[in-house]
This record gives sequence, C-alpha cells and structure tokens, in this order.
Amino acid sequence: MNSRLMSIIRKEFIQIFRDVRTLAMILVIPIMQLFLLGYSATNDVRNIPLAVLDQSRSVESRALLDAYRSADYFRIAYTVQSEAEIETLISSGDARAAIIIPPDYAQRLYEGNAQVAFILDGSDPTSASTALSASLLIGQSHSTGILMEKFERSGMNLRVQPPVQVRTRVWYNPDMISAHFMIPGVIGMILYAIAAILTASSVVRERERGTIEQLIVTPIRPWELIVGKLMPYVILGFFNTIEVLAVGHWWFGMPIRGDLGLILILSVVFLTTGLGIGLFASTIANTQQEAMLTVWMTLLPSIFLSGFFFPLEAMPRILQWLSYLMPLRYYLVIIRSLLLKGVGLEMIQSDVIAMTLFAVGIMTAAALRFRKRLD
Amino acid sequence: MTEYLIQASEIYKHFNDTRAVDGVSLRIKAGEIYGLVGSDGAGKTTTMRLLVGALKADAGEVDICGYDINKQTEDARSQFGYLSQRFSMYEDLTVLENIRFFAEVRGLKSDEWLARSMEILEFVGLDRFTDRLAGQLSGGMKQKLGLASALVTRPRVLLLDEPTTGVDPVTRQDFWQLVIRLASPSPSGRGDRGEGDVSVIISTPYMDEASRCHRVGFMKNGKIIAEDTPSNLRARLNGRVLELRGSPINLLRHVAQKIEDVEDVAAFGDKLHVRVRAGKSDLIMKRLPDEIKSAGGVLTELRAIPSTLEDVFIALSEQSNESHP
Repeated sequence: MNSRLMSIIRKEFIQIFRDVRTLAMILVIPIMQLFLLGYSATNDVRNIPLAVLDQSRSVESRALLDAYRSADYFRIAYTVQSEAEIETLISSGDARAAIIIPPDYAQRLYEGNAQVAFILDGSDPTSASTALSASLLIGQSHSTGILMEKFERSGMNLRVQPPVQVRTRVWYNPDMISAHFMIPGVIGMILYAIAAILTASSVVRERERGTIEQLIVTPIRPWELIVGKLMPYVILGFFNTIEVLAVGHWWFGMPIRGDLGLILILSVVFLTTGLGIGLFASTIANTQQEAMLTVWMTLLPSIFLSGFFFPLEAMPRILQWLSYLMPLRYYLVIIRSLLLKGVGLEMIQSDVIAMTLFAVGIMTAAALRFRKRLD
Repeated sequence: MTEYLIQASEIYKHFNDTRAVDGVSLRIKAGEIYGLVGSDGAGKTTTMRLLVGALKADAGEVDICGYDINKQTEDARSQFGYLSQRFSMYEDLTVLENIRFFAEVRGLKSDEWLARSMEILEFVGLDRFTDRLAGQLSGGMKQKLGLASALVTRPRVLLLDEPTTGVDPVTRQDFWQLVIRLASPSPSGRGDRGEGDVSVIISTPYMDEASRCHRVGFMKNGKIIAEDTPSNLRARLNGRVLELRGSPINLLRHVAQKIEDVEDVAAFGDKLHVRVRAGKSDLIMKRLPDEIKSAGGVLTELRAIPSTLEDVFIALSEQSNESHP
C-alpha cells in the first residue's frame, strides 16, 4: 500500500480520535436523530382527544360512542354539556375533534335519517385528515350495522350483505409504522450530512490553521491527499450506517429484508456523493462556518425534495423535476426497497445507475476544482 | 546539471492591482545562505511561496535541483524543506507525530523514520519533548519543530520564511547556529551526507540576520533592488556615514539636515548617523562644527564610521522611492 496515503489516513485518524467532542458527536448524533425522527416524525395518528356532547343520552347514542371508543383513533377525553364548552376545548387545543349527538337522535334513527355533527380542528392537516376519514369510516360501518339489524328484524329472511366489499391488504409495512419508513431516510440523511460536513471542515480546517501551506509543499500527489482525507470519513460513515441499521432493526423493529451486503455497498456509493459535496464545498469556503453553511444549503433541498418526509407524487411538477437532481432521492428509493421490500438489484437498477452517476460526477467535479495550492 | 540548487528567472505574481512580485530572479549555490530582506509587504513571502510552488507564478520559471516547480512539482518538492512564516505544524499532534507524518509523506520508509526523527529532534534540541502536543510548545520551540520537520529528509535546499520573527534573542542565536551548521561543508563528504552543504534561502526583516548571510537580496515593491555580499553592500556607503554626538540632539539633527549634500540623518540612541553624498564627507566634516556652534549647540564627537547594512538599506529604499515615486 502507498505509504504516503497511509500516513495521511493515519494522521487524520489521530486527529479525529484526539478531538473527543467531535468524535462523540459523530457517534451519538445519528442515534439521537434516529430516536427523534423515529418517534416524532410519524404520521401515525392515534388517540385523538375527542369531546362528546351527547344530548340524546339514549342506548342508541351510547352504541355510537362505543363504536368510536373501540377504534383506537379516538380517545373520549371530555364529556360536555354545551356547544360553548366544545368551542373552548377545541380552541385551547385540549380536544382536536368533537362529536355532537342531537336530542332526537334515537327518534330519527328509527325514521332512518339520523344526523350527528362531527367537528374537527383543521389546523394540523395530517391529524385532521386521519381523524376525518376515521370518523367517516366509523360512522359508515356503524350505520351499516344498524341497517343489517333492521333488515333481520323486519323478518326479511335474506342473507343481506353490502354489495361491494373492499378488502385491503397492505404489503411490506402492514401496520404502516412510520418509523419503518423514516429510518431508511435517517440513514440517508446522516450519511450525507456527516460525510459532507466532516469532509468539508477537515479540508477547510487545514486552510484556517495554516497547516495547508506545509501540506502543499510536500510531495503528496493531489489524488493521494483527496483519498487520504476522504477515507477516514468513508470508514466513519460506514460505521454510522451499521449503527443506525442496528438500532433501527433491534429497537424499532425495522425489517432488513434485502441483501445486507448490497445495502452496505450502495450506501458507500451514496456516501461518495456526500464526500464529493463536502470536498466541493471545501474548495469554495475559506472558513469552517462557510463550509458548514454551504453544505446546509444543499442538505435542506435534499431532504425536502427527496421524498424523505413528503411524497414526491404530491409535489408540483417543477419540484418533481428538481428532485431528480437530489442524489438522496435515488438512495431513499434504493434503501427503502432493499430494507422493506427485500427486492434484488434488478428492481432498483435505474436508481442505482442514477445515484452512481451522481457520485462519480460530483466527485470528479470536486477533484478537478481541488488544487494543491494557496491561490 | 547546474551548480545552482535554486534558480528563479523573471518570476511575476500579482494580486488584483498589486504587483506582489515583479520580475524576481535568483540563483543560489550549494552551501550558500541567501538572505531575502526587506520591509513588510516588500514581497518576500510571496517570493518564497512562488519558489515552493504554493502559489502559481503569472510568468517566469523556478527550478529546484534541476526540477521545474510547475512541471515536475512533486519531484522538485522532494528536494527541499520549507518553513512557512505562519506556524503550520498540526497543533493537535505531538512533536513526534508531526515529524513522523512529514517524514513519511516526504518519502522516509517506515523502518527509517524513527531513527532519523530522533536524530533531527536532537539536532534542534527538541528530543526531550517528543510527546508534547505541538500546540503546547513555546514560539521558539515551534519554529525549531518546523525546522526539524523541514530537515527530516535531509533536503539539499532549505527555504525559511521569516523563521525568527517573534522569537526571543537566545533562541534566534540557536536557530542561526543550526542554519550555519547546515550550510557548512559536510564533514563526511557528499556520499553519506550528514547535515551540511545545504542551500539556504531565508527571508528576514532583521539587518543583523541579513549580515550573517553569504549573499543578500534587498526587496522593495516586489523587486530585488540590490543583491550582493553584505560587505560589498556596506562598501557602497564607505566613507559616507558620519557619526555625530552632542547636545541638544534635536538641534544637531536640524542643523545637519539643512546642509546641502547631506542625504539623510537618522537617530541611533544618543547618536546621529549622517549620510552624505559621495566625496563630500571631508567638506561636511569641516562645515558641521561651525554650523552647530553658530546655532548654539555643543558638538562632542564627529567621526566617519564604517556603514552598517541598516544604513545601506535605508539609502537603497530612498533611492528606489525617488526613481519610482
């Protein structure tokens, strides 16, 4: 092995391990992010606090409320006596939804045109839309049940059933646990951020402290300097990947259905795009703050335009086009497919090719800009 | 092969509107200590950086031990040791780790770096501090570490950019003794070189250091405006510097300045150095006592003295100001 290269790598590692605080950050931040996002960035809506105004106080109204109670979307948090109380509870945020059952509910139910009012706090569209569809579903199945009972009681001795039944089956993530969708994204984001920020600051730090001048005048070839600077962060990034995968798998129960070797190899390819961005930023920035900002400027659009949080299909056309420029987009498709669906390489071919092209392209552009000179 | 280990011909470098280096040529032989002197902003550091290829010259060529710095960059770089003006060792590495890193990237094998590193650390007097972090060394020790790391591969050429700026006088003295030993003929001969026969180019703002060099180039506004041995440079002002003592000193200064053929009066403590036009010193030696007496001053001593490099450089600076207003 090239001894100059080894010396650079050894020197970088000594510096990384001597800077205990930074090292701790490198190791702890991915886990923190994972726990934060695994628990907080979830679309799973459960236990929406519900206020109930039951003016009917009948067997029938209690049956309806039982239906709400048994679906775990809602938690009957308040039983109130007036609409004014509902307004107070919703505007204070103590209740996110309310149901009003009118006094003539039981009566009208027999007449076949009962109505209940369902009030929703729409300020958080995600939970509101879940609550809305859950509420409609509960109402519908409850009324279907009542209808069936009526038929049977009326003595029509038919086997009655609704004309269409939609039987849903969710593949890959049957319980639709958000964490399983989020963890692969966290891996992608961590790899990208760690690789880009650490690479950029490790190069820029040499410039800030003046050590670059001595480094420049050594007979180190420019490629040796680049590889030697990047290699430690490839290794750290690789370690982070395994770390996040392990915690994701054993703590959050995220499945690893695909080939682990393939996952790791493609993760390193993606890591290369982050390293390239970092190296590129280091050729622009003069201080570590500038480098950090430059990386952040690429990180935010990456996160929002890659399908990390928000589905790409729902975005305006122009943002969908822009998303093709985000290497993270391809990696997320790849890693989610590999982890959750367990597909083989042939199913994600085009994403792998696109991501590899980005890795090679960014790295080449950065290496060409990188000069072993002060000016 | 050329006998010159450093050759630069007509190198130029500009930053925006400033011509930092404006057509500098240099030739330095083996065993020669060449001093690049001049005030701050004269272009010394830029010249050094052009010589080592840390900056790319706009025009001109630099050749180190027969290698073109622009075309055979890494070959040329394995020939020299360089100590930059700003401390550029890794403060978070120990003395030995720093030396090891620079020894290995400059080509020492893994089985020879340790012996050589200890040897060179002993040479500069840092062998007791191998495990100390470089950031915790004193200013003088940092410079010695820089010198050791520049020397660890036994380079034939050494470039030192203001190595003694901000270093105490005792350490400066030590430092110069090391440099002089490096440049002296090697006792063991060429084959198995110890420290010796090294070409040294050193930049300094200090005239006492300039006078220790074999040859001195005086830089101003990016040009070398004079280049010679220190004694030849001093000879330019032979018999043209008068030393004047008396009181009140301000009156004496005033009187001397008004005399025609006096070029410059500079105060040196309780004395004045009066520089006169060539061939006029006798005339002025006669006139000065009378003029001082009639102005009401007291003259205690007036004599012609050998000029110092400082006198020469002040004179050179003024000359070049007159030709380039």
